[in-house]
Amino acid sequence: MIDFTFTEEQEMFRKAAREFAETQVAPHVDEMEKTGEVSDEVVKALGEAEMMAITIPEEYGGLGLGYTERMIAVEEISRVSVATAMMLQVFALGIEPIAKFGSEELKKKYLPGLAKGERLSTTAVTEATGGSDPTGIRSTYKKEGDNFILNGRKCFITNSHISDTITVLAKDEENPKAYCAFVLDKDMEGWKATHKEHKVGMRGCNTGELAFENCRIPATQVLGEEGKGLRVTMAAIGDVGRGGMVGVALGLQTACLEESIKFANERILYGKPIAALQTIQNKLADMKIDLEAGRLLGYRAAAMQDKGQRSSNEFAVAKYYTTEACQRAAKMAVDIHGGYGCMEEYAVSRYLRDSYVVGPSAGTSDIMKVIIGRWVLS
Amino acid sequence: MLNIVVCVKAVPDPKEACNIKIDPNTKTLMRCEVPLVINPLDKNAMEAALQLKAQFDAHISVLSMGPPEAGNIVKECLALGADRGFLLSDPAFGGADAYATAFTLAKGIEKIGSFDVIFCGMASSDGSTEWVGPEIAVFLNIPVVTMVKEIVEFDKEWWKVKASLENGYRLMQVKLPAAFTVTRDLNTPRTLSFSGIIKARKKEITRWGLKELAVPAEAVGLKGSPTVVSNLSATESKRQVEMISGTREEKVEQLVQKLTDAGVL
Repeated sequence: MIDFTFTEEQEMFRKAAREFAETQVAPHVDEMEKTGEVSDEVVKALGEAEMMAITIPEEYGGLGLGYTERMIAVEEISRVSVATAMMLQVFALGIEPIAKFGSEELKKKYLPGLAKGERLSTTAVTEATGGSDPTGIRSTYKKEGDNFILNGRKCFITNSHISDTITVLAKDEENPKAYCAFVLDKDMEGWKATHKEHKVGMRGCNTGELAFENCRIPATQVLGEEGKGLRVTMAAIGDVGRGGMVGVALGLQTACLEESIKFANERILYGKPIAALQTIQNKLADMKIDLEAGRLLGYRAAAMQDKGQRSSNEFAVAKYYTTEACQRAAKMAVDIHGGYGCMEEYAVSRYLRDSYVVGPSAGTSDIMKVIIGRWVLS
Repeated sequence: MLNIVVCVKAVPDPKEACNIKIDPNTKTLMRCEVPLVINPLDKNAMEAALQLKAQFDAHISVLSMGPPEAGNIVKECLALGADRGFLLSDPAFGGADAYATAFTLAKGIEKIGSFDVIFCGMASSDGSTEWVGPEIAVFLNIPVVTMVKEIVEFDKEWWKVKASLENGYRLMQVKLPAAFTVTRDLNTPRTLSFSGIIKARKKEITRWGLKELAVPAEAVGLKGSPTVVSNLSATESKRQVEMISGTREEKVEQLVQKLTDAGVL
């Protein structure tokens, strides 16, 4: 029989992540909501709690854990703060290309600092002309001796203004079929973070634009093979990006269900808690069904990834299901709260706004269906 | 080297208090209904030991008595930084009151070997007798200071600690080996870390039963317990809504009066 249980150690990781989220993240959520700014204390705490080190190999200062453990951590943090979970998930998106495709020199240079949270990372692929279809990007590079010259603009980049170690995708100025992925760090000239976005949700998670103007990058900063950078970034987005978003969505679903149960037991109508009403129970049941199904899909894909199996399609299914489900859950949570659900002092109003940002991150639901459609037809 | 023993208890998660039910026949808590966690004050005891270990050459043994599932909380203490874990688990230990629990734990401590300091939480969140720590000290014939809120001075022989009183504290000096029961004021317990959990992979838990402790079955568990819980019942909370009308001042006046009449103020 298939064993669907987490190991004792994984349960302890969940406990550790939950304790961290409740003690180190929760106290900053209100301030993040109010200001929309990243909390330096939360970022520092993430580093100290080794949250960025989870999948980095031990020889580079990481914990050498798997994607299941990463999903557990992201889920537990998202249960408390979707914005923080998103930030963490994208740190991993920046780390993965270096860990998987970086030269030994690049790994030694960046991974120990990234594991400790001394360096913060992201991946920059999306542009106004291409995100889900990265071949539509217009940022270009040209080779000059031992350097590459990068020009272009990236948008909707999570952690854009707080990251100092960035994986950037660009296409060859002369060969539109060749792409390169580079690691940029703060010491390089010719790039900067420009416009900051103001999102409807995930407030406290920074999103913005990056501009590259004759940015000179040494050839040693290329990830993977020159001209095959598309594979580097798509591997990161397909497995790590989608997997991370599944964790984010599951945490949000859990939060919606927990808050709804609490409110339904406290709110009295017709002399009884509204939890006694079948219509409310129906909503709670729907939320629970979605959560259980989402967990099975998500952790199955993570387990496949941990075994070294290809899992990007399974993650597409899980990503589609859980991010849609978290929007349904947030809507039902607000409905259960009635008028209170429209008040900002009730967390469910934040959940609803957050849920609509979870949807398109790392690929919209429609794009997930495109991927799944191709998969079933292949 | 300072040898420290920390006694920890697996209790139903206090956060799930509203879900804890009482077995109407046995008058005991139905523990399997809610997850077991480290007794909150035992976390302060664990933290005290870990802070000492950070400053001195110290060795921490963590000891618990409970069902096999209590091994999880011992493992958690190993992940927090304890060096060795011991679980006293045997059906014969079941149903123990504070006296029988302290006796069994004292036997466990004797079997662990030499010790200088024993830390216990002041009380457990489920039983809350506050007896187990002092009774361990009695069985081991060592001094005990209860309700410790601050460790003021310490060396290998003498410790000076502040013990809480309702409106102050007692400054106590005690010679080691000694037992201390601690309050939440002593420190802020650390949380689990991922690397601590990984390090705990190599730390084993020693499990001892009646046979290993070499104690008679009559001295432990329900048989060895001189006290019996004659009754235990859940309290029922009911809410009653009463709307107060009038001006703001009148409303406040009425509210204060009603709260006074109800004995709240």
